[in-house]
Amino acid sequence: MAQPLLSVRDLVVEFPTRRGTLRAIDKVSFDIQEGEVLGMVGESGAGKSITGAAIIGLIEPPGRIAGGEIRLRGERIDNLRPEALRRIRGRRIGMVFQDPLTSLNPLYTVAQQLIETIRTHIDLSEREARARAVALLDRVGIPAAARRIDDYPHHFSGGMRQRVVIALALAAEPELVIADEPTTALDVSVQAQIIDVLKEICAERGAAVMLITHDMGVIAETADRVAVLYAGRLAEIGPVRDVITAAEHPYTRGLMGSIPTLTQTADRLVQIPGSMPRLNAIPQGCAFNPRCPEVFGRCRVERPDPIDRGSRRQVACWLYDTAKAEEAGNV
Amino acid sequence: MSDVLLKVEGLTRYFDVSKPWLNRVIEREDRQFLTATADVNFEIRRGETFALVGESGSGKSTIAKMIVGLLEPSAGRITFDDQEMNFASGAAMRTLRRRFQMIFQDPYASLNPRWHVGDIIAEPIRTFGLASGNAISREVGRLLDTVGLSASDAGKFPHEFSGGQRQRIAIARALSSRPEFIVCDEPTSALDVSVQAQILNLMRDLQDEFGLTYLLISHDLSVVRHMSNRIGVLYLGRLVEVADGKTLFTHPRHPYSRMLLDAVPDLTLSGRRRRQVEGEIPNPINPPPGCAFHPRCPHAFDRCRQEIPQPVDADGSLAACFAVEEGRI
Repeated sequence: MAQPLLSVRDLVVEFPTRRGTLRAIDKVSFDIQEGEVLGMVGESGAGKSITGAAIIGLIEPPGRIAGGEIRLRGERIDNLRPEALRRIRGRRIGMVFQDPLTSLNPLYTVAQQLIETIRTHIDLSEREARARAVALLDRVGIPAAARRIDDYPHHFSGGMRQRVVIALALAAEPELVIADEPTTALDVSVQAQIIDVLKEICAERGAAVMLITHDMGVIAETADRVAVLYAGRLAEIGPVRDVITAAEHPYTRGLMGSIPTLTQTADRLVQIPGSMPRLNAIPQGCAFNPRCPEVFGRCRVERPDPIDRGSRRQVACWLYDTAKAEEAGNV
Repeated sequence: MSDVLLKVEGLTRYFDVSKPWLNRVIEREDRQFLTATADVNFEIRRGETFALVGESGSGKSTIAKMIVGLLEPSAGRITFDDQEMNFASGAAMRTLRRRFQMIFQDPYASLNPRWHVGDIIAEPIRTFGLASGNAISREVGRLLDTVGLSASDAGKFPHEFSGGQRQRIAIARALSSRPEFIVCDEPTSALDVSVQAQILNLMRDLQDEFGLTYLLISHDLSVVRHMSNRIGVLYLGRLVEVADGKTLFTHPRHPYSRMLLDAVPDLTLSGRRRRQVEGEIPNPINPPPGCAFHPRCPHAFDRCRQEIPQPVDADGSLAACFAVEEGRI
């Protein structure tokens, strides 16, 4: 297979605290191919956003990347100096954050912010940059873009602001867009519009997307592949259809069953007992073992590594460790 | 005893959002009012779950607050078990209040962080004089047990619990006055899906056990589908459609209900291509004239821009839409 656009290997992110070091991300590995949409799901505290922040080098100190590698087209970016990283951020990796009110500067017009971003990364004159900004706004579906570009962020509604943020993220034609809960602050009817815009534009420009969300519905409609995180570890990764219709990790199965759908009329939802462990109390072995309905001896002692299940699918669960199970059976 | 537990008629609430007097004089502006809810009518039957859905700003929470008496209506009547709520009389409200309770969205904000869990749960018991002495702590223990926590948790503080456990505490507190009716305002939207499933299951179990009636407020259509018998869809402060759950989800009548259902991301991967949704919810200070939905409606015609449609019966659902009324859709 071709060299992946982004490759994350054994990423470890740690936060030192007075009561010891917390491991927010523990040996997470995944790839994103060119033009691919990778969904990243998990519950709060699973490490979705921190993974995104680690890739673009925005982990707040004292948090730090304590191990592993992040490569963009084969070139390491996790150990770059802040200067070099800044040239990648925005130019080669764009970002869309959850809350469009905090990611736009309220004191500058949309035009000023877009033109500044464009000119920082691309050698264009003020006038050319402005023309490009108008075209971008028009493309993300802002009506009368040429006039509205001189408005301030507060003149726009929530959905329109998120469109501006998407335009900003795409201003320098990045190869990868990291979208962290881009629609969580929006109403459903607007959420659908924003997802469509994000998906279309990235497809049209060949940009890959890492879509971070807790909403499985959004993933199902948007992503090509999905990675499921649990307590800072990768539980399962694979093509969206496989993971949603035939989840293999017991956690993913529970998660899928616990989501009410519009068509089902089951009386009770599948329920995973308990809640995700806190980072300072991650159990030994598999992090999911105290809540797992299929737990057995080995899960409590040894941590499972992702096991290859074919068709670009990996599951970190001892249930699927056939080779070793046979070995154990022979003994 | 009538079948209807709660009846809401012509419920309307304005908020005064005018600028200060001096600004109004200098800038020659009139007073401005925001209509949070306008002329809302519905009934909730005993033992059922009635849901109100709508996007932000549609007036869901305003209605909930008026029903539990936290906010006085500008116009309209609320009748609880054949007794009209009298906001002017403290004593009358007090006797009614024991019979309904509310569960709020954010369990991090709705529990007093300085109080022991036991005291939080015992407060309604004490206030309404439902028990005294040791019976109170026995009752608190029993309630904690009912919601899946242990009696020994009474001595802890809220910060020692996770979000889902806190919502269980909030539910135990709501149950402590032995209510018949509970208003649940987005009870799970601050929780993760696996915890949401636990809380929704618990709410169902409690409904079966105590014969509770719920008013569920949510923006999440799949939660509403899972929990409710009947559903009211709100748009900009007005009820646009009321129907039972199955009817609404299989045959939505009002164009807004259709649009809302179309917008929900599809988890079943049916490959259903949804229609592009147009526009956003308008500003409630200056709502469009006529039917508030007409600027976004694919079926709008002249009448929609001038008159406000009233709910009409259409195959078992009530829809406030001229296009439905005239049989055009």
